[in-house]
Amino acid sequence: MGGQATGLTARVTVTPKRGILDPQGKAVQQSLHVLGFPEVAEVRVGKYVELRLRDVDRAAASARVQAMCEQLLANGVIEDFHVEIVEGGL
Amino acid sequence: MRWGVVTFPGSNDDRDMLRVADRILGDDAVSLWHKDEHLHGVDCVVLPGGFSYGDYLRCGAIARFAPIMSAVARHAAAGGLVLGICNGFQILCEAGLLPGALVRNRGRRFVCDVITARVETSDTPFTYGCRRGELLELPIKHGEGCYVADETTVAALEANEQVVFRYADRAGRSVPEANPNGSLANIAGVCNPARNVLGLMPHPEHATDRLAGGEDGLKLFRSVQAWLGKREPASRREPTVVPGP
Repeated sequence: MGGQATGLTARVTVTPKRGILDPQGKAVQQSLHVLGFPEVAEVRVGKYVELRLRDVDRAAASARVQAMCEQLLANGVIEDFHVEIVEGGL
Repeated sequence: MRWGVVTFPGSNDDRDMLRVADRILGDDAVSLWHKDEHLHGVDCVVLPGGFSYGDYLRCGAIARFAPIMSAVARHAAAGGLVLGICNGFQILCEAGLLPGALVRNRGRRFVCDVITARVETSDTPFTYGCRRGELLELPIKHGEGCYVADETTVAALEANEQVVFRYADRAGRSVPEANPNGSLANIAGVCNPARNVLGLMPHPEHATDRLAGGEDGLKLFRSVQAWLGKREPASRREPTVVPGP
């Protein structure tokens, strides 16, 4: 990427909650079976969001991104999320 | 009475709703902009169908933070009427004004059809003039209309009779074959516990003219008129100016 790797990056993964219908995942699974990958027992399709953060330390970043997920990035009724904070830019 | 219709960037049923309020119902129709912070004295605010903010992230997820939504939430908390149609229903769920959420249709396809909606309760301002069990023919057009909620929420909805509409067949049975999108328990519309906020996927505003496929949708709007009329008989206040943009 070049340039200076500054700050932190949050990697947010949002997936449909267990038990919530995921028609997209089902379609992908069926296609994989057709392609000759019968070992695929289940597919859940979600979203991946990268956030570049500045002026915040690691501990605070984790709590802040958690709050972002709860308020906007994920809908707790239908989705689960996972946050990973790593050093450096995107 | 005075209807307010919110236009978000990407709304596309706002004009139809304004036309219904103005030309068909003969009421005041106020166009509200998503950046407005006031509702200009409307009795019922309608969040229309469409693709607000391009459906980015999730349907309704961004619209929820529009400045006007604070006013809508205050209006709802004060007992004012709020009607969310299609994308408006999605916005109300995202905003937490209604329970549950709407996800991709089970069949994965966008559905455009006419369905039968069974009225489950007449105990809301929006179904005040309907009979319980009455069948309404209404159009649907959506890609994310599959209603979901956890078991506790659904149990509460059923116990409080907050399920206002269910997809049914022409005989009035809410069977799986009549379910166009995979919604839990064939749910097509729900209200809040106070019953002044309704969200539904079918489009009553598109069923208001016999020449254009039927007028069963009018029953909802006439219900609101009748309900408001009963609550505040005669003493209609003067409109407080301010047309929208």
